[in-house]
Amino acid sequence: MDTNLIWIFVSALLINNFTLTYFLGLCPFLGVSSRLETAFRLGLANIFVMLITAICSYALNTWVLPFAPYLRLISFIIVIASSVQFVEIALKKFSPELFKALGIFLPLITTNCAILGLALFSTNKGYGFVEGIVYALGAGGGVTLALVLLAGIREETRLTNVPKLIEGTAFNLIVAGIISMAFMGFAGLFSA
Amino acid sequence: MLKNILSISTSPYLKDKDTTPWLMFQVVYSLIPVVFVAFYYFGISALITTVMAVFSCLFAEWLFDPTGNRGWSIKNGSALITGMLLALTLPPGFPLWMTFIGGFVAIGMGKAIWGGLGQNIFNPALLGRAFLQAAFPTAITTWSSPNGDLLAFRGTNLALPFFQGESIDVVSGATPLSKMKFDRETTDLSDLLFGNTSGSLGETCGVLLILIAIYFMVRKIINWRIPLSMVISVTVFSGIAYLINPEVYPSPVFMILSGGFLLGAVYMATDLVTSPLTPKGVWIYGIGIGILIVLIRNWGGLPEGVMYAILLMNSATPLINRYTKIRTYGH
Repeated sequence: MDTNLIWIFVSALLINNFTLTYFLGLCPFLGVSSRLETAFRLGLANIFVMLITAICSYALNTWVLPFAPYLRLISFIIVIASSVQFVEIALKKFSPELFKALGIFLPLITTNCAILGLALFSTNKGYGFVEGIVYALGAGGGVTLALVLLAGIREETRLTNVPKLIEGTAFNLIVAGIISMAFMGFAGLFSA
Repeated sequence: MLKNILSISTSPYLKDKDTTPWLMFQVVYSLIPVVFVAFYYFGISALITTVMAVFSCLFAEWLFDPTGNRGWSIKNGSALITGMLLALTLPPGFPLWMTFIGGFVAIGMGKAIWGGLGQNIFNPALLGRAFLQAAFPTAITTWSSPNGDLLAFRGTNLALPFFQGESIDVVSGATPLSKMKFDRETTDLSDLLFGNTSGSLGETCGVLLILIAIYFMVRKIINWRIPLSMVISVTVFSGIAYLINPEVYPSPVFMILSGGFLLGAVYMATDLVTSPLTPKGVWIYGIGIGILIVLIRNWGGLPEGVMYAILLMNSATPLINRYTKIRTYGH
């Protein structure tokens, strides 16, 4: 049981990294990675939203979807987005510090494909409540890791002579591809 | 007249004789014996692979020259090193057209798009090899054994462009690492030291690489902390695994002498451009590479992890630099 949880975590963090292996959530990955600090905060917000997603999708999957399987996609999207909004309002009231750190990013990523992907993957794989939480932590951590790595590189390359031809998104995509190539080394980790 | 008497310049005033081309050519000279050992074990295919990789790297460097004055940046010798290193990480029977693509990607994607020498984050040679590993996974893991035949081609050296080619070798040999991984079979220490095993062109001869490492450290061409921290961390972490279960996990000595560890520790991890700047950062970098190597080799799906370990730590180098800044005096 315990090794299984560790495997789920490492698998979501490194082997099947949401950003670098599944290529989910690329818009915030490319859009908010120009500065390290904002990238890190976006990553934290991602972990936060993914935890809420894990809870919501588990609840939906256990109590609602058996009766109405055709509502799967739409209920995931609506329930996740609205519960994140609720949490955001609560956060603003009870913890202004945390709201300041994560606030602006929360609405940005609630409707992200990585979030929906997490809900769909974890229900497809039949994860229970604890496994779903661990999976969300690993996936969020993986997204944060990818964001921080790319932001670090992008800050460094601000001072270099990247050719005008590929500056901007093209360059960032190539860099993301290179990091993703390096992550291929984790393929098959702990599977033997 | 005045010009000759008065020389006006900004600091630094005390300069070393080391220039970029001088340093690069020191590395090139040190690679020549490695290429010769590769020739001794793998025959003409070692030489022809090296020539092809160097040619494609120089061609890409010429094509993507950032100065607009083509041929200028070839002279600093860095593309030459990239080509030789790339060739030394390839299996002997690797098709030449794939080698060409690897060299082109190494310079194009590894260096040109970053703005040229000194500005890249990833080691170009390893980037080229990682690209080849992703694009041609079968060809790059087909190894031919050293058989003493100097003038014969190996494997699929002569495959036509865009074809896999027929293998010339009758038998293909597994590397010590894949023997260990899949059959739990160790290789003789003397074979590992002197290079009489199958593997990539330049990685088999341990003794030579250790001698080069010592020479480089004495001449201060590479940062001695990087190989040392890598050796220490691989020894410690693989040693722990070995003590727990010697049946399954290889010993630290085997870990260090087999595969691309020595080649990577001497030439790739110590790349001046892509390794961290401060001593503390360099220790973190080397130890991180060691941990990743042990992780991938012992528990990963691939038998060899040196290339990925170094690339992963390269991607973390900007972060390491950022958090290990040396405090300036008085701050």
